[in-house]
Amino acid sequence: MDMIRLDNLHFRYPRDTFSLRIPGLAIEKKEKVAFIGPSGCGKTTLANLIAGIYRPNAGTIMVNDFNVSELSDRRCRDFRISNIGFIFQEFELVEYLNVHENILLPFLVNRSLVLNSRIRNEAATLADSVGLGDKLRRRPGKLSQGERQRLAICRALITRPPIIIADEPTGNLDPANTGLIMQLILEQVEEREATFLMVSHDHSLLVDFDQVVDVHELASGSEP
Amino acid sequence: MRTLLLAWRYLTYHRALAFILVICLTISMFLPLCVNLMVDYYERDLIERSQATPLLIGARGNRYDLVLKSLYFTAEQPETIAWSEVEMVLDSGRGIPIPLHVRYSAQGQPVAGTSPEYFEFRGLSPKDGTLPLMLGDAVLGAGVARKLSLKVGDYLLTDQASLYDLASVYPLKMKVVGILNDTHTPDDHAVFVDYKTTWVIEGIGHGHTDLAAADRSVILKREEKNVVGNAAVLEYAEITRDNINEFHFHGDWANFPLTSVIVLPESVKSATLVKSQINASKTIQMLVPLEVIEELLGVVFRVKRFFDANFLLVAIATALFMVLVVMLSLRIRQREMETMFRIGCSRMTIFWLQVSELAIILLISAGLAGILSNGVLVFAPDVLRTMSH
Repeated sequence: MDMIRLDNLHFRYPRDTFSLRIPGLAIEKKEKVAFIGPSGCGKTTLANLIAGIYRPNAGTIMVNDFNVSELSDRRCRDFRISNIGFIFQEFELVEYLNVHENILLPFLVNRSLVLNSRIRNEAATLADSVGLGDKLRRRPGKLSQGERQRLAICRALITRPPIIIADEPTGNLDPANTGLIMQLILEQVEEREATFLMVSHDHSLLVDFDQVVDVHELASGSEP
Repeated sequence: MRTLLLAWRYLTYHRALAFILVICLTISMFLPLCVNLMVDYYERDLIERSQATPLLIGARGNRYDLVLKSLYFTAEQPETIAWSEVEMVLDSGRGIPIPLHVRYSAQGQPVAGTSPEYFEFRGLSPKDGTLPLMLGDAVLGAGVARKLSLKVGDYLLTDQASLYDLASVYPLKMKVVGILNDTHTPDDHAVFVDYKTTWVIEGIGHGHTDLAAADRSVILKREEKNVVGNAAVLEYAEITRDNINEFHFHGDWANFPLTSVIVLPESVKSATLVKSQINASKTIQMLVPLEVIEELLGVVFRVKRFFDANFLLVAIATALFMVLVVMLSLRIRQREMETMFRIGCSRMTIFWLQVSELAIILLISAGLAGILSNGVLVFAPDVLRTMSH
């Protein structure tokens, strides 16, 4: 059973010449998939389409039995809350919240998620497991780059999503931290039996991946 | 609640920005509020006191000066009228006259010479001591006692009108015999004496040693019914129980000066008759203080309308400034908002987050403006009094 299935996908940015055509792509549950390709080929766009952030102009996107391309805005948001965990290259942490609150951010901004003491404790345990247990009250500005990305990973995992999307998660890290963060992400993904999609330029990171998709090749193969 | 928490966290993190916004909004809320409160208080204060003063006789001239001096002990010195005007009202039997002579000051505070009826009329009672019983006694308004740190038994000197006039009367040393209760009216800021004491201050009355029994060295000549002293005869600068009998007034009592006379008419008919009688005179006038004050307030309100228009412009400028701040904030926080959207936050929640931040700033500013306005209400009487002196 496919976790993610794309058929005859076509997407175009409004007021832009860029367009992305994906004839088909299937990703199984618990699979670790890397999207590679040159800059501007549509890797991040593809990840955003799968997450329901962008709507395709044509084709279907089935994710965990949801037809993402046909969901209403509200249902698409609910789908994202319960299915997708995001890890960004720039971490995108909220500077005015402390470490604990940053991990809990999905609960703070979504009314549909219940924030209780169990979740608070879970956030603290998660922080502890990535070495941030003694820095819960610190603001992101006081953390190192590696710690900031670990914090971003915790935020992506706190909702226990079946799919984790990481967009160049080590792009802003030094080589020492890159290895550690990748190891941490893969451990957590395996522990949670999640499907993992990663956008990356760095081919050295792709050893542990089940499937590597060159988005440029995939898209150009569909060109008429 | 979660939105409020996030908004609060944002504002406490960006303290300087929040502080500047709060200050801007507080000022733009407080200023119009303050002016309105002050004008309301000023209006109430003026109206209440003028309403309580039915009629006022004074010299013809500036009506505002006459009313302000007689009711608030402020403004320029009005022309005087003669004591005979009091007698005229008394003789007519149409009302009770209360003489007022407010031309001098003691240690910077206005000295109001009046009769015992004034205290009853204004509902003034002593907190300490008694009302003025004899010539030279002074009773202090509560504000004066506080300001000059005086108590019953202390003394205060009248101010000399001109330091360069060698012929002027010496300052009179007055004994404080009583301190009035607080009334939050101009009476708190005046020194009350018997009207005859003000004539002593003016030099119409004085006291000195009995020349008939005096040393030859101070006598210029002795006639059958008259003894003339020389410049060595010392006038008393203080009225005591021992020398009070030596005090006397020169001239015709009927011509002795008063700045005004409050008249408490027996009835509306009496008021009309007294008014027509007095206003027939070419030298004196009778005023209804309420009418004069309402006329004065008309000018104040015209000025206030100008201020209101200004405040409207300030409010519009502040609102535009706030819009600019929000727009710039949205631009700066675009990535933060985008991240929130990606992790499932609705656009509406993001909107409410911004609204909550503004609401918190508005609430704090409104609270501060309210506290400051309360302060204005507490200090308004003193502030207005200070401004009017």
